[in-house]
Amino acid sequence: MALLEVKNLGIEFPMRREVLRALQGVSFSLDAGERLGIVGESGAGKSIAAFAIINLLSKPGRINAGEILFEGRDLTGLDDEAMRDIRGNRISMIFQDPMMTLNPVLTIETQMIEVLKAHRNISDNDARKIAVEKLREVAIPSPEDRLKSYPHELSGGQRQRVVIAIALLTDPSIIIADEPSTALDVTIQAGIMALMLNLCKSHDVGLILITHDLAVVSQVTQRVVVMYAGRVVEEGPTAEIVTHPKHPYTRGLIKALPQEGTAGKRLNQIPGSMPTLDAIPDGCAFHPRCPHADDVCRASVPEIVRVGNQFSRCGKANELAEENSL
Amino acid sequence: MSGPLVETRGVEKRFDLGGYFWQQDKPVVRALNGVSITIEKGESFCLVGESGCGKSTLARCIMGLLEVSRGEIYYQGERIDLLSAKAMMPYRRRMQMIFQNPYASLNPRMTIQKTLEEPLRFHFPEMKNGEVHDKVEEVMTSVGNDPAWGTRYPHEFSGGQRQRISIARALMVDPDFVVADEPISALDVSIQAQVLNVMMDARDMRDLTYLFITHDLSVVHHFGTRVGVMYLGALCELAQTKTLFDTPRHPYTQVLLNAIPKLSTTELTHTPMLGEVPTAIKLPSGCVFHPRCPYANERCSREVPTGTTLDDGTVVACHAVEENRI
Amino acid sequence: MNAAIRRFAQSNFMYSFGRDKVAMVSFAILAAFVILAFSAPVIAPYDPYDQTTIDIMDSEIPPMWQDEGEARFLLGTDAQGRDMLSTILYGTRISIIIGVCAVLMQMFLGITIGLVSGYVGGRVESFFMRLADIQLSLSTLMLAIVALAIFQAAFSAEAYSDMAIIMLILVIGFAEWPQYARTIRASVLAEKKKEYVDAARVIGFGAPTIMFKHILPNTLSPLLVISTVQVANAIISEAALSFLGLGMPVTKPSLGSLINSGFEFIFSGSWWITAIPSIVLIALILCINLLGDWVRDALNPKIYKEK
Repeated sequence: MALLEVKNLGIEFPMRREVLRALQGVSFSLDAGERLGIVGESGAGKSIAAFAIINLLSKPGRINAGEILFEGRDLTGLDDEAMRDIRGNRISMIFQDPMMTLNPVLTIETQMIEVLKAHRNISDNDARKIAVEKLREVAIPSPEDRLKSYPHELSGGQRQRVVIAIALLTDPSIIIADEPSTALDVTIQAGIMALMLNLCKSHDVGLILITHDLAVVSQVTQRVVVMYAGRVVEEGPTAEIVTHPKHPYTRGLIKALPQEGTAGKRLNQIPGSMPTLDAIPDGCAFHPRCPHADDVCRASVPEIVRVGNQFSRCGKANELAEENSL
Repeated sequence: MSGPLVETRGVEKRFDLGGYFWQQDKPVVRALNGVSITIEKGESFCLVGESGCGKSTLARCIMGLLEVSRGEIYYQGERIDLLSAKAMMPYRRRMQMIFQNPYASLNPRMTIQKTLEEPLRFHFPEMKNGEVHDKVEEVMTSVGNDPAWGTRYPHEFSGGQRQRISIARALMVDPDFVVADEPISALDVSIQAQVLNVMMDARDMRDLTYLFITHDLSVVHHFGTRVGVMYLGALCELAQTKTLFDTPRHPYTQVLLNAIPKLSTTELTHTPMLGEVPTAIKLPSGCVFHPRCPYANERCSREVPTGTTLDDGTVVACHAVEENRI
Repeated sequence: MNAAIRRFAQSNFMYSFGRDKVAMVSFAILAAFVILAFSAPVIAPYDPYDQTTIDIMDSEIPPMWQDEGEARFLLGTDAQGRDMLSTILYGTRISIIIGVCAVLMQMFLGITIGLVSGYVGGRVESFFMRLADIQLSLSTLMLAIVALAIFQAAFSAEAYSDMAIIMLILVIGFAEWPQYARTIRASVLAEKKKEYVDAARVIGFGAPTIMFKHILPNTLSPLLVISTVQVANAIISEAALSFLGLGMPVTKPSLGSLINSGFEFIFSGSWWITAIPSIVLIALILCINLLGDWVRDALNPKIYKEK
């Protein structure tokens, strides 16, 4: 049985004039120790899917369909207290900007001990020992001294390491990382991603990595889910999706990368832009931008079809795969 | 025309951070420490580096938004850093800028039409209404915008569209030189390709010279003719794009190139760089990179390296390269 | 123009107005006050400034609904025989005029100083902000009392009664510019960092153009919010000054001077001379404040924030 299973998740935001459907029919799963990437552009719904797992949706958002099964238990109906046992304890989360995650007026020590004491009956001293150990694991030099620092005394990269250490404090089964390296410099980014990769492997912790960066996803995850306008459009083993994508959107994304273009020549762009939540077209949400769209695509939302090891929400996935256009 | 279009000689920029009036050494941010570059007409010169390296500061000094603490800036052989606002006027028409944040670079209270007409009316007051209107339409369509957008306000547009409007604004006065400060960093991946294409088309159509600031090396590889790599206010290496990517000479360039996430099918393996990025307030002595450089020797901690020009025209500021140690 | 009006009508602003009953009622009452006050010359049954129509024999007649009231004086008369209703109408008009004009003057001074301080920075900013600090620590009323007392002593009663409105506007207008200056300066500091200001500099615009044409329109929201409070404050300040005898003269009374003139009669029975203008004043201020509350909430950046 998979550790985490999201089945047919739907999330809506009832707004003043209309109801915005942020997610529709989203399904994916994560086995113990597996590393999954959720890729999409801003507004695709990837962060919302992750927030929904640990019930962090901001009002007026609410889940209107589907289930989220963690170790067989449905998380969607849980009350606050039961959720607190899961959130930050069994499933941890890492956000994009470490300066926002860490409380600027509390020392690192206070913040770390607080997390442990919230979920366990443990003395301050024992908590401190665990904190030091985790700081060491994320390669913070002289961890005992660092405990007494305030977040602003650390560099951006160090802060993100502290955040990772905090996420690991309770030995969670899953870590959800929402764009963990986007706000960091390139050289620091690589270090952080390598650290996360190694830690997840050595501790056998599942990872859900949310990002818009296909390159990062290709180097860190084993499977990837591609989202577009609130739906999953493709899913499969990372290496295969990156080399042989089975959905026109994924293909477009990869071909639009500068490294896939010829230096000095125009890049292969996808025309138009992703629709906003209040303007999702009928049928396949991607059809206005798709070179292969036909009337069927415009009429109804495609079902997910299986192409080899991959799943694609494109009615033409099989034909196009054969024709070698994909 | 003989000399380079734009030249900076030994530009230094210091920002005072205040401090108590009795303090001897008030804290100072040394953002630029003697940077000299030349940009030839028709080039797409890219300036790369991580945050804090001074690339944006240099761009702003060139554009006259900041005063240099020391050094000179030349445009077509004329010194421009000391000019009065009035004397700068003819240069303002020839040098324009595109900014990073599409959500802050357009005045929220002005219609698009007004934003675009302003620079035209300011520099060409003799133009009649009809001519202004036509020119606005022409430039808008050339960057792929719909001229009907004129009556609307910036908040009605997406990031990518706003950036294209900013580009149109920069092109309104027919400049020769355009500085683009991270113009696509804030955009989604598929939109980045669109905006980059717009900039490339503009370059070819209008014979523009670009100074392109970015931290994304894959964009540099695609777009740039020559590249300058900066670290903590100093220029490390300056070379033709192909040369830089094929044979990076400076140790920092090598680290930077290794750190770029590339779309791949293999897992990330990364040897993290030693230490953390120091701040520009307490600069390391000698070569600013020496605390993190695997090849640093005693001389590196004492003496600031000056740029050595190699046979192929590459300029490198590194003692180890100069001494042929690497 | 039509497009702009349509946009405004459909905007979030109007939408939240339609949802907020308190705001709508306050606005209705305020509008009623303003219309009535400014149509005073047309609808008032008597002209309270015309000494010939005032008969001392008519003094202290209670309002119509009381036993001794008379139909021709709906709200009674004051100690001099003036019709309360007419006097209140004209008085409200004066109070509103002074309130609004004083605020306009505060705005003019405050915006200019705030813009320049925020944009230019450095010593100029320090100077003006310290000046503002000093002025804020001296209460408005204190400044006003001193200024007006001197003015009253220097001029004859006649000259004073002609100039009183202007003096009040000037004094109250000058006393409160720091509120605006600080608010605008804070906004300017925030806007200055945004790239559209850099873009304007790159195009070559000079500092005055950038300050007034580009930045100022973006600082209007906080301005609107404090303006309602400031109008209410100005009206109260004027009422207080008039109550103390330093504001509008008895011959051309505002609500404050009316309240003052009837004060001595409260316990001797003619309560209406003080009570009715007081109620009007309170209602006026309350409506302005309630509207101000709603404006502040309506202009608050809400759920949809830009990235």
